[in-house]
Amino acid sequence: MSELTKSTNVQSSLNKKTFVQRFKKNYIGWLFIALSVVGIGLFYFYPMVQAFLLSLKSGMGANLEFVGLENYARLFNDPTFISALTNTIIYLLVQVPIMIVLALFFSVLLNDATLKFKGFFRTAIFLPCVTSLVAYAVIFKYLFGVDGLVNKLLLNLHLISEPLNWLSDPVLAKITIIAAITWRWTGYNMIFYLSALQNVDKQMYEAARIDGASAIQQFFYITVPMLKPIILFTSIISTIGTLQLFDEVMNITAGGPGNATLSISMYIYNLSFEYTPDFGYAATVSYVIVILVVILSMIQFRVAGDKR
Amino acid sequence: MKKLKRVATYLFLSIAALVSIFPFLWMLVSMTNKSVDVTAGRLLPGTHLFENLKVLFGQVDIASAMWNSTIIAVITTFLTLLIGSLAGYGFEIYRTRGKDMIFNILLLSMMIPFAAIMIPLYRLFGRISGTAPFIGIDTLAAALLPTVITAFFIFFFRQNTKMFAKELVEAGRIDGLSELGIFFRIYVPTMKTTYAAAAIIAFMNSWNNYLWPLVVLQSPEKLTIPLLISNLGAGYSPDYGVIMTAIVIATLPTALVFFFMQKHFVAGMMGSVKG
Repeated sequence: MSELTKSTNVQSSLNKKTFVQRFKKNYIGWLFIALSVVGIGLFYFYPMVQAFLLSLKSGMGANLEFVGLENYARLFNDPTFISALTNTIIYLLVQVPIMIVLALFFSVLLNDATLKFKGFFRTAIFLPCVTSLVAYAVIFKYLFGVDGLVNKLLLNLHLISEPLNWLSDPVLAKITIIAAITWRWTGYNMIFYLSALQNVDKQMYEAARIDGASAIQQFFYITVPMLKPIILFTSIISTIGTLQLFDEVMNITAGGPGNATLSISMYIYNLSFEYTPDFGYAATVSYVIVILVVILSMIQFRVAGDKR
Repeated sequence: MKKLKRVATYLFLSIAALVSIFPFLWMLVSMTNKSVDVTAGRLLPGTHLFENLKVLFGQVDIASAMWNSTIIAVITTFLTLLIGSLAGYGFEIYRTRGKDMIFNILLLSMMIPFAAIMIPLYRLFGRISGTAPFIGIDTLAAALLPTVITAFFIFFFRQNTKMFAKELVEAGRIDGLSELGIFFRIYVPTMKTTYAAAAIIAFMNSWNNYLWPLVVLQSPEKLTIPLLISNLGAGYSPDYGVIMTAIVIATLPTALVFFFMQKHFVAGMMGSVKG
């Protein structure tokens, strides 16, 4: 046998060995991820498909029959759904921008190296994040009660002459919900911006100052563009969170007065577990949230992408 | 002018800090006051704490709610870390094109709103109840199972595995460790801080979870802390002192975790964006 064939044989057996090894490694790799794949399939994707199939059915409790797109048509003539959708969009359009601007503002103030008590301010503003949503919702419900501390404070400052019905006036109740969510989540967003600001080159601000840029110009021409990816990230997180708003509404106003603060998630809950259960229609409403999440995330990506 | 700006900065941050802290102070103070004093706006500590505790423990079964929440949170945290880190490690160390594709599909599940899958999940557990009642509706197992495996933690562990020295895996193989042995004997001990950060986030999420337990747990003795607080808060003639006591007890575990492990807590939050 010539040297040549010998070496090819060695070569091919080597190849075979690495192939077997690679196959074995690859196969073990699948074992590492198997539980997660099965779990997410079972608890996320399978229910998503089920929810879609359910949304094509109607009936009470377990007696469901196929109705096609009837449930989707029903959405347009359902005043409760329309107020839940409107309320959720109002929360989104008012609360998310207020919170992001506040969080940005705090983070810029706190990013100043010469500031004293920085750690205290940062911890204090972040502190609301440790409370459970239910716990702080109950606290806000009492703070904003007719004889609550907010009214007492406003009366003492002579800003109002008689107590406001925060929780039973349609507009004030929405304001209460928005104030509560802003209290809970501003510090959370601020932490993201603070850590991103640490990566912004200080020399850019130095150069801008030398060029005579004001603090406001520095904010809009350096800070905001540099933080754009993280602002996009937080606004998507907040948007998804607000679309799923449930705990606060449930525990502060229970959706009232009337349906003035009802959120989509709470309506789904009511349709399934409070009223006579109509799982089919509830699933239809839930698909509205899915569609909104997808559309809004795409818009946010597009907007952030265009300005680059 | 510059001085004025300084003063404005401090004033602004002080107001923000006060607004952020005030509800905490209020609940701590109110816990020691009578309900009428809380309504009257008393902001000084009182002497009613013992009384409030007595009424609370007599009125509701807060001890078993604490127990249920603790059991659920501890098991959830353990399983989340185990399964999530196995997957994060698997996706990064045994990286192939096929697995990357699966990974991206799993990430999509982060966009799925819980409200959208709540009803099918409820029906799924309803069906399970028939054959396996111990994990069916109204069991602690049902309350925690769907929350254990999330794309967030898989993503989190994968991001952190990128910083894990892969030579250690080779070294382990040469030393004759099995692949699982490498994971448990080398990876887990070197990634302690990653696990700490993930544990905090998982524990907090589980401890504060409300909607799914509300749907799936029904009997009074199975209630978790958020469900109990919610029930107390929904009462028509609330005893404010007692409810505030309950809220303080409910907030204590997460507040302690936060104060003692603030660094890990923030690291956990950031872990989702870096890389």
